[in-house]
Amino acid sequence: MGGPNTHGHGHDEHESHGSLKSYVIGFVLSIVLTILPLVVVLNDMMDRTPTLIFIMIMAILQFLVQLFFFMHLREEKKPRFNVMALIFGVVILITIIAGSIWIMTYNSVG
Amino acid sequence: MLKEFWDFLMNDFFITGDPLILGAQVSIGLSMVAIVIALSYFKKWRWLWTEWLTTVDHKKIGIMYVIAALLMLFRGGVDALLIRTQLAMPQLEFLHAGHYNAIFTTHGVIMILFMAMPLMFGLFNIVVPLQIGARDVAFPYLNSLSFWLFFFGAMLFNVSFVIGGSPDAGWLAYPPLSELSGSPGLGQDFYIWGIQISGIGSLASGINFVVTILKMRAPGMKLMQMPMFTWSVLSSSITIMFAFPILTVTLFLLFIDRYLGAHFFTLDGGGNPMMYINLIWMWGHPEVYIVILPAFGVFSDVVSAFSKKKLFGYKSMVFALMSISFFSFFTWLHHFFTMGSGADVNAFFAVTTMLIAIPTGVKVFNWLFTMFRGRITFSQPMLWTIAFIPCFVVGGMTGVMLSVAPADFQFHNSYFLIAHFHQVLIGGVVFGYFAGLYYWWPKMFGFKLHDGLGKWAFWLWNIGFYVCFMPQYALGLMGMTRRFNEYNFDLGWQPLNIVSTVGAFIMGLAFIFQVWQIAHSIKFLKKEKSGDAWGDGRTLEWSIPSPAPMYNFARLPEVSSSDEWWEEKQRRANGIKPKPLAPLEPIHMPKNSGIPFIMSVFFFIAGFGFVWHWTWMLVPGLIGVAVCMFARSFDYDTDYYIPVDEIERTEAALKGGH
Repeated sequence: MGGPNTHGHGHDEHESHGSLKSYVIGFVLSIVLTILPLVVVLNDMMDRTPTLIFIMIMAILQFLVQLFFFMHLREEKKPRFNVMALIFGVVILITIIAGSIWIMTYNSVG
Repeated sequence: MLKEFWDFLMNDFFITGDPLILGAQVSIGLSMVAIVIALSYFKKWRWLWTEWLTTVDHKKIGIMYVIAALLMLFRGGVDALLIRTQLAMPQLEFLHAGHYNAIFTTHGVIMILFMAMPLMFGLFNIVVPLQIGARDVAFPYLNSLSFWLFFFGAMLFNVSFVIGGSPDAGWLAYPPLSELSGSPGLGQDFYIWGIQISGIGSLASGINFVVTILKMRAPGMKLMQMPMFTWSVLSSSITIMFAFPILTVTLFLLFIDRYLGAHFFTLDGGGNPMMYINLIWMWGHPEVYIVILPAFGVFSDVVSAFSKKKLFGYKSMVFALMSISFFSFFTWLHHFFTMGSGADVNAFFAVTTMLIAIPTGVKVFNWLFTMFRGRITFSQPMLWTIAFIPCFVVGGMTGVMLSVAPADFQFHNSYFLIAHFHQVLIGGVVFGYFAGLYYWWPKMFGFKLHDGLGKWAFWLWNIGFYVCFMPQYALGLMGMTRRFNEYNFDLGWQPLNIVSTVGAFIMGLAFIFQVWQIAHSIKFLKKEKSGDAWGDGRTLEWSIPSPAPMYNFARLPEVSSSDEWWEEKQRRANGIKPKPLAPLEPIHMPKNSGIPFIMSVFFFIAGFGFVWHWTWMLVPGLIGVAVCMFARSFDYDTDYYIPVDEIERTEAALKGGH
């Protein structure tokens, strides 16, 4: 890529940062996604395994809401550094979780 | 009432009853008084505030990082000498066991987190914007905040030495020892908060430099035309971005255990201390690559400048740097092969550890081939580079020995391991940052450091290093384990331990030579006027005056190749006229701000309150932090333009000095 030439503090080259509407939708969605698992857990509405799965799903949805409504992942211009960073981050995240499970399982067996 | 307060001060607040610590308290008190008197006498308070404490200039922030790092090197070095003195003879009663534990703990934490990291960030700050032809980093305000968070985090950690008690559970604070049950004192809380506060700063710096390098390069500079140091900063910063959050979360869980009585890492209540070891090394292993990668970058730039050759294997070097920062996340278990995760887990991490040695090997060959048939100048930075290569190769080889999981059961936590990681950290990181400091010193301050004294320091460091650490490999194989404060006569470890201690003091002497070298060079100041101090500069930082003006580049350079400044000098030598200069334009710059400093003070207050469980202190601290954030959010007066006539005057003054 050709290096962007202007000094990064300029006011004129800021990328779009979303509208009030998108922020409100994102905010409401993330609150709902936080309250739902809390309600389920506090009222003992499901068994253990379904509860865990439910919390996981809510967490992943929460993650996506953050990315699209607050991190503006869709609106990025090329080269898409944010997407690259995200993919690398997900790889590291999977490594941390899967690696820990693998290591700690054998620990408790052995 | 007054008596109770006095009793609290003398029994709980200050550490009393140890002559060494009393000496430190007195000298800290005296030097603080001396600083205040000196600043008042020379009427420098305003100067300190406007020129340094509130600055957002990357060059000044870099210099402050370097000064703080050298002070921390002194403290960590004194710790090391105390350790070596205690171990010089069997059953010496120089330090009692508790004090010894505190000293090896602070030695480790300070050397890695408060010496290597700030020295590294200092070089990032001083060099990267100049190398890529930028006028500052992407987020200058955040940069200032990073520095002050690091500084006050480091102070919070260091103050535990005289107030409240030092941490003494090892540099990574393994539970259950670091839990309340094992360490009921305040030391671990100082550890947690000191590292947490400075950790925020490190994370922010990592993000800052990734954005700076990706977004603010001079017009025309492609990624594959960046100087190798800038590449190494990019790879190191990416690693910081993904590794430091792991540290923050891990220490936060430990904090919840200690502060709120949770059971993440306790032995009872469903906790598992092994999980902490697993988590902390997910940060800890990338961390060692974070500090070594920029050193590789320094060596690459230095070796090509002083061999008067293009760097051999530029693309393979980039590939090696980036692949190391990726693979560094997949080797963490090799720090605890002996924990008992089973043969296949150990085998997997043994193989990944051996794999990561390959790109490092590639780099060694690249440096050697760059020197091959080059016209080598043995300047000070080049000396450190040449000394680094054999030292790091041996350190790397012993690392590969350690990576063999079955053999590691013999080496684990022995002095063999101690010798290994000191060899890669001193031979790699310290030598690398010294090379960088000597290389860019004229760019920072406008004068070179004295050559003769530098050579004395260089040889003393090298001789001292081998005398100190080679015996430790043997001691490790003889069965000496780390963290013992004494050993018996009949073990046969005495002769080698004395040799090792002598080596440590030779390195201490070398450090004194460096202080002398700096003082001498300032006293007999020989101003360096050309800007291209070594005459062999290849990259953009050497194309501007030393020290660089506030805005770095009066006109942003046009880049068409890697080693742009070298190519430009060749063009001029061949009689190709440089392009006519474009007219000057007003330069857009960030304004200084006192908020980062004030906010970090509030962080310090909050941290101190958390350590002592003083709600009356931590709540105002946290409120202060929030108010600072709020104030900044509504501050729209954050930038200004330097008018053209002021740039002209500055440039004329710099030219007049030629």
